[in-house]
Amino acid sequence: MNIVVAVKQVPDLQQVRIRNRQPILEGVPLTLGRIDKNALEAGLQLKEANGSNLIVLCAGNEEVEETIKEALAAGADEAYLVLDNRLADMDGSLSASLLAAAIKKIDDVGLLLFGEGSGDNYSGQVSSRVAEILGYPQIGYASRIELEGKIARVTRTLEDSEEVLEVELPLVVGVLGDINEPRIPSVTQILKAGRKPKEIIELDDLDIDLSANKRIATLSNLAPKNERKRAAVKTVNDLVSALQAEGFAGRH
Amino acid sequence: MAILIYSENSGLGLELLTAARVIAADIGTEIKALCLNDEKQAEDLAAAGVKTYLIKNNAINLADTASVAGALEKAAGQLGVSMVLLGSNRRGKELAGRLAQKLDAGCLTDVNGLQVINGKVQCTRNTLGGATIATQQIESERQVIALAPRSFGEAATIQGGGIVQELTIESKASPIKVIASRNKAGDIADIEAADILVVIGQGMEKEDMILAESIAKILHGEIACSKPVATDKKWLTEDRIVGLSGKKCKPQLAIIMGVSGQVQFTVGIRDAHTIVAINNDENAYIHQMADYSMVADLKEILPQLNKALD
Repeated sequence: MNIVVAVKQVPDLQQVRIRNRQPILEGVPLTLGRIDKNALEAGLQLKEANGSNLIVLCAGNEEVEETIKEALAAGADEAYLVLDNRLADMDGSLSASLLAAAIKKIDDVGLLLFGEGSGDNYSGQVSSRVAEILGYPQIGYASRIELEGKIARVTRTLEDSEEVLEVELPLVVGVLGDINEPRIPSVTQILKAGRKPKEIIELDDLDIDLSANKRIATLSNLAPKNERKRAAVKTVNDLVSALQAEGFAGRH
Repeated sequence: MAILIYSENSGLGLELLTAARVIAADIGTEIKALCLNDEKQAEDLAAAGVKTYLIKNNAINLADTASVAGALEKAAGQLGVSMVLLGSNRRGKELAGRLAQKLDAGCLTDVNGLQVINGKVQCTRNTLGGATIATQQIESERQVIALAPRSFGEAATIQGGGIVQELTIESKASPIKVIASRNKAGDIADIEAADILVVIGQGMEKEDMILAESIAKILHGEIACSKPVATDKKWLTEDRIVGLSGKKCKPQLAIIMGVSGQVQFTVGIRDAHTIVAINNDENAYIHQMADYSMVADLKEILPQLNKALD
């Protein structure tokens, strides 16, 4: 059985600077989404427990080939990549179409794992869209996943409750960011990652109309205005006076 | 074409009604509300004056997103709907993508504000991990918009509210079995509802936490934290996390102690009315987003602040 982990290449958010409220993305290195690494770790643990084959799947521009090495180093067996430089800025609908089309090229998919949201946009709709395209059941916000033969037992954690669910594979699971602590690959693993098999899928091999899938227009994208007072307070007494002046302290 | 609102959460459903009315007031369309197997919710929505449809069908499994999305798709077809508003809580967010795919619709989730400009619904939402706020609109005719909790107030009950109409929808048996379902243990803190929050970060030592909690109590506020305090250190439960993967809070006052102020955190608190930051690192970003900023050692000032406030 194949476990497929879908990941997204995103700018390293720690390195995005803001100038005149504009985000500066030039020169910012690309990396895997933060929660995608949790999805990968969940996949690796299941692979180790059940002896499955783990495929990491990603769609994006040419730089994906470099970015994906991190996942191969961490223990993925092979990569399926949809590469095209027109895929730099996709909305969720297009991402889902591409990923689903690529998954159809993989045999015996049992479990398809996603992070609960991408590192940059955190929209969380791609996993649901892929599940719908493939006709698979789905469980999002997973905090625990166990496999027993063809049956998955998954705990979904909601805001104030959790539910333990059982369903037959194949299945799409979206994992929570705190489901596990992703492993850090060793230097040897990183060196070997480049030699692992990669299946490159050309956009032209997938019957997908890029323009028809463009459903979202971004009108502006700016850092919020900072209109704080930024008054320096030296002592506790000054702080309490400030709180009183704002009407907070002393009203109890 | 009508706007359909649905959330399994009753409060969120009433917030969606407020948002739908903002849109309907501009583009002059009808609003319809949908409830799945929840008569009480249907009555509450109807009492708020919206045409409400109730589907009673126990084959619809709330834990099965495909099952709920299937019911909504059919209802949208029967009711002549082009725009669906959902709640962007976890269930709603998971549902949004699946429903959008079924309806061949564009979809935006975690929307925290909207306005209608030239007949188009412009939505605001955080992007780049919260570093920026994007204004986006859906270009396709069919639209699914999931609204973050508390982005709009709840619609109030009105005189002579509407009636509930039953809607018959077929649903296949769900492949997902619910083995167990339980509420999270312990008191669930509602930090989003608190007027005052005392928010602690990794710059605080565990033994000083009791002083921070005491300050929260004196001010009739709640204690909250940055993510590592709950997930790594486990000093507080995860329902008290402020930030991108926690709660987005808009208190009147936030006193933030020992937090450096990375954007993944600040996105959850930057809408507070007044922000006080206390951190011993004068270069910590948190000072830049504070109304009152104090460069100080928490160990030293927490006892003093407790005493001064009490």
